[in-house]
Amino acid sequence: MSATTAMEVNAEARRILAVSISKLYASRTQRGGLRLHRSLLLSMVMRSARDIYHSSRECEELCGAPPTSEEAMETGPVEQTVQLPEPLTEPRQPAASAVEPPSEEPDSGDEGSDGELAEDKENMSPTRQSRKRRGKAAAAPDFLPSKRARLEPGEERHAALPTSCRAGAGESLAALSLNRVIPAF
Amino acid sequence: FMRVSTRKCPRPGGDMQWCFSQVKGAIDDDVAEADIISTVEFNHTGELLATGDKGGRVVIFQQEIENKNQPQFRSEYNVYSTFQSHEPEFDYLKSLEIEEKINKIRWLPQKNAAQFLLSTNDKTIKLWKISERDKRPEGYNLKEEDGRYKDPNTITGLRVPVLIPMDLMVEASPRRVFANAHTYHINSISVNSDDETYLSADDLRINLWNLEITDRSFNIVDIKPANMEELTEVITAAEFHPLQCNTFVYSSSKGTIRLCDMRASALCDKHSKLFEEPEDPSNRSFFSEIISSISDVKFSHNGRYMMTRDYLSVKIWDLNMENRPVETYQVHEYLRSKLCSLYENDCIFDKFECCWNGDDSVVMTGSYNNFFRMFDRGQRRDMTLEASRENSKPMQVLKPRKVCAGGKRKKDEISVDSLDFNKKILHTAWHPQDNIIAVATTNNLYIFQDKVN
Repeated sequence: MSATTAMEVNAEARRILAVSISKLYASRTQRGGLRLHRSLLLSMVMRSARDIYHSSRECEELCGAPPTSEEAMETGPVEQTVQLPEPLTEPRQPAASAVEPPSEEPDSGDEGSDGELAEDKENMSPTRQSRKRRGKAAAAPDFLPSKRARLEPGEERHAALPTSCRAGAGESLAALSLNRVIPAF
Repeated sequence: FMRVSTRKCPRPGGDMQWCFSQVKGAIDDDVAEADIISTVEFNHTGELLATGDKGGRVVIFQQEIENKNQPQFRSEYNVYSTFQSHEPEFDYLKSLEIEEKINKIRWLPQKNAAQFLLSTNDKTIKLWKISERDKRPEGYNLKEEDGRYKDPNTITGLRVPVLIPMDLMVEASPRRVFANAHTYHINSISVNSDDETYLSADDLRINLWNLEITDRSFNIVDIKPANMEELTEVITAAEFHPLQCNTFVYSSSKGTIRLCDMRASALCDKHSKLFEEPEDPSNRSFFSEIISSISDVKFSHNGRYMMTRDYLSVKIWDLNMENRPVETYQVHEYLRSKLCSLYENDCIFDKFECCWNGDDSVVMTGSYNNFFRMFDRGQRRDMTLEASRENSKPMQVLKPRKVCAGGKRKKDEISVDSLDFNKKILHTAWHPQDNIIAVATTNNLYIFQDKVN
């Protein structure tokens, strides 16, 4: 993968992650409550995007060299952004500052007995300068959660992301805790 | 026991020419959310056609006796009964509103003069009795005609009240309410061929009910993991086999279908058969998981096949072959390169249904731009038609439509970019015997029929 493609992939993955998170957030206020199926699908897309993002970032770092010929991508995150016409209603996207990272803190008992994501005013704006300690890799997007305590088997440990979200041991985006996303029944 | 199908032999598929018959619903472009149609279902004879909407209402149409003066007009469907099936509720414990939207309607086979149907929202299933009243009693001894009680001292004689004809009245009354059995959102109900039981399925569980008993149901499938963090798939649809009362199937968000035999064990967590097609690695994308999620599963009338609908295709499975479907039909393959946009505008989450015709030779499903697709299995032909007010002159023949996927657009073709993704056909139904179809756009119900020779 060339550096340019890696960059595009990176951007695409970030965009999909952002869209997914805002959808997850919006689904909390949906009539009828959180839908388990939809939440599950959203988390799967986020997981794929996260994986692609990390692997493309690694590639970016490695391929500092001038771009070589484009290779066909196995996973196709770089999809044509089709300009779908007027009739298509774009979903109303909550402001980025209101987006809550979906990962959970296992120790936060105050997360809400109803199991829904509690508002975390401290960390609401992803663009805010983080007051928490920063991890080693500085350049990762600040809307991604920092916790990487748990890894999938066989997964390499990537550089820790800056802790713009809640600090402390927690879970990676991959192990998105659906029992926080989905109301506890 | 095994029920023998006594279906009347339908007309062969042949060269179907679909004509507009009727359209129901407001002409207004401004759609009230409550009017959005959420389910469509013919009864077992096809005489009745039920729709459910987001506002919790059920509207039943009845096929009128053929108009003898105008033989070219097939029977029309007119409103027979309308009632409010479900109301919005509030779960105070979880601070959740329960939507009144009707997710599914299933008719019971008719056993007496009355008709019965099951309707369900996210949490509660109700059994409705629809009965006709065309006579009323007259000549009470103790009451006046207006209902006031007579002074007993004025009664001198005794007579037998008589039944006199009155204008037909159709009454719907809830006979059973099956509540509090589902933690998650109900996606399917299916009446068993034993005429005694039915199943209801939510994201993680399937319950078996007796139609007579409302305070108990038996859990037959439970895929909830001990730790919800390990959740990888949910149940998306379930259906009983049309003839074998011990067999049912359920589909998953991972694109698999499990066939279960209730005789094998009380809890059917272990499947008897698992139907799964390996994924084509060249099609892998961010959204592979979403588009492989099955949105509907339907047995063929003869019980030998089942059909599944995922986002881009319809697959026909032979119940005796688990490793791949016997037929696959692309509904709108041109959308594969647009998945990212469809994800952003939420269309990728749309749940399309599918249906068989009476003799299982043709299958139908909906698409966008108010298009719907038919696949003739025998003749290996497919057709794209449109449900629109423009093509709604009486008996107007529908012209087949074509979407131009790329390259040069021919005349009369529509380019992918011009498709209206707000106009989606999620619910379609096919008359059990005749070539009459009901197609639901957002808030209108179109009825089309095959041109009578």
